[in-house]
Amino acid sequence: MRLTYPTSFRIVRVPCSGTVDVKHILRALEKGADGVCVIGCMEGECQYKTGNLRARKRVEQVQRLLNAIGVDGERAQMYNLSSSDGPLFAKYAEDMDERIRKLGPNPMKHKTKPAA
Amino acid sequence: MIVADKKPVEEIIGYVRDCKKVLVLSCNECVTVCEAGGKKEAGMLASALRMYFANQGIADAQVDERTLERQCDQEYLEEIRDIADQYDAIVSVACGVGVQFTAEKYHSIPVFPGVNTCFMGVTEHRGLWTERCQGCGQCILAYTGGICPVARCAKRLFNGPCGGSSNGKCEINKDLDCAWQLIIDRLIAIDRLDLYEKLFDIKDWSTDRAGGPRKVEREDVQI
Repeated sequence: MRLTYPTSFRIVRVPCSGTVDVKHILRALEKGADGVCVIGCMEGECQYKTGNLRARKRVEQVQRLLNAIGVDGERAQMYNLSSSDGPLFAKYAEDMDERIRKLGPNPMKHKTKPAA
Repeated sequence: MIVADKKPVEEIIGYVRDCKKVLVLSCNECVTVCEAGGKKEAGMLASALRMYFANQGIADAQVDERTLERQCDQEYLEEIRDIADQYDAIVSVACGVGVQFTAEKYHSIPVFPGVNTCFMGVTEHRGLWTERCQGCGQCILAYTGGICPVARCAKRLFNGPCGGSSNGKCEINKDLDCAWQLIIDRLIAIDRLDLYEKLFDIKDWSTDRAGGPRKVEREDVQI
């Protein structure tokens, strides 16, 4: 299955989407990432029961926070995916890429200190 | 513990929008446990403020974060003595006590609250905190089965329940337990229903807020 997905994507592997905290997403955006999408397992299929549900709530919290400070909340997104569903991953990646391209570059880019 | 809730970030931005250097000061005690003003929440707020300033084109704005063990004790507040002067404002995400004590100790620096301080309460489960004590200064829990009618009865009744108690719930909210129903249930459980027969005298509210700001002074522990 040689699928292609946008080269703009950088993957950070985590043991469970529930480990991704609001602070991690904010830091990525603060340091210049144009968008952050958290991809968790399908709802109801979390090995840790509620990790993906908590991830969604955190992403929603980031969206509210971003909107409050005048940055488009759409830059943070949550997707659910089965780990064996490569084509859907590629589709989500394209979807995210398209969504962010419509929004344009992160206004924080080059204005805050880059990540160490 | 003292329970606080987060303030909307828009409100905090309103306080500091004209400042160039801001210190977000968190507290490692109660507000950390109720996830409103600990190190993590301070990090989130500082990150949001940095992004706000960057987005507004204020490139030279600086937002730092620092966590103190407590903000209600002098020795911990002294830890920022060397650096406090360089900031235009401090946003304290501690409870109202911490905000006030910080303001008191750093007289010439504006100190803004980063949380709304709510009450003294417990963690029922993660994400749900409920009130247990109003600090009335004259504890009667020995006679009420360990359940406080001051903090938990909407009317602060001392000889309850009132007629608004229905199926163990309070008339002001069907999800709210009737404190006096809880008291009676508990007295039955500990086989001390005889205490329910005791009529309380009129409470001396001078130890509550009615007597103005309060203090506890103990010569035996003073140095």
